[in-house]
Amino acid sequence: MSDTTPTPGYYSNQEHHPENGTLLGFWLYLMSDCLIFACLFAAYAVLGRNYAGGPTGAQIFDLPLVALNTSLLLLSSITYGFAMLAMQRDRLPGTQFWLAVTGVLGAGFITVELHEFSHLIQDGAGPQRSAFLSSFFTLVGTHGLHVSFGILWLVTLMAQLGRHGLIPDNRRRLMCLSMFWHFLDVIWIGVFSVVYLMGVLP
Amino acid sequence: MSADTDAAGHAGTPGHAETAGHTGSLREYVTGFLLAVVLTAIPFWLVMTHALSRSGAAAAVVLAFAALQMVIHMIYFLHMNTRSEGGWTLLALLFTLMLVVIALSGSLWVMYHLNANMMPEGMPGMGGMPVHHDMPAMHDVPAAPDMQ
Repeated sequence: MSDTTPTPGYYSNQEHHPENGTLLGFWLYLMSDCLIFACLFAAYAVLGRNYAGGPTGAQIFDLPLVALNTSLLLLSSITYGFAMLAMQRDRLPGTQFWLAVTGVLGAGFITVELHEFSHLIQDGAGPQRSAFLSSFFTLVGTHGLHVSFGILWLVTLMAQLGRHGLIPDNRRRLMCLSMFWHFLDVIWIGVFSVVYLMGVLP
Repeated sequence: MSADTDAAGHAGTPGHAETAGHTGSLREYVTGFLLAVVLTAIPFWLVMTHALSRSGAAAAVVLAFAALQMVIHMIYFLHMNTRSEGGWTLLALLFTLMLVVIALSGSLWVMYHLNANMMPEGMPGMGGMPVHHDMPAMHDVPAAPDMQ
């Protein structure tokens, strides 16, 4: 992988395969993660209107807050893109800067989400209140956990970059995290559309 | 299949193969971002201003915009195309989408009918049972959680 001695034809092909293998393998992991979210979405779709006499989505969802969260995650997607562009141009400070911005935006997203969750639990709308709230907390919480681990991964990679620079191994890792981060934004589109926007409709 | 030709095409440029398919250009990212902003703002505006009076129509529009925005993200941020990894990423994605559609539509279909069968009105056999007439309270109790 890191041994990039230019060798003709046949051997060169051999060296490319592990590299492609990592990205394809990571893509397959994302697809299996997608199936986890599909199951959680299915559970929410089935249970999302079973309020058990508790609060409905229209009563507890704060759409301006969701809009803020959506913008934070969407902005973090493009700032990660800028980090990848800086990496392409071999600019380590630029890569680190945009990764830091992405991490701050991601942390903002998690902060707003935790604020929303604690608010709901304080108001008696915790996960044990109704089937609707159980499936809501499971789906949105799983997405939030993914973002949290993404931030942890991002901080780890920034430390790696600070220590070793833009070596091929770190480029490959950054590319995997790029797919992970954009994938989480795709899942969030489903969350804000199906859970929040459709949840407040009468 | 096309993996062979792809590898051969990049044979002379080490390091190119792993970057070519997965990092885009500035224009690509900005285009994707602007499209995503528009496709996010419209459904939020629709729901927050109650622009559509019928819930069914509003839900359909929200879902349509979500599907469109997911495709935009796939193309401009995840750089999906038919060529990356010799087409295997697209194949994996299509297979996953098939499973997602089966899981979602199957769950909704099955559970919708299960709910219908839980209704006391939906149990034709119950009408003929004497216990049903003796205990009218039993009729109402299980119905309460489902009716909400």
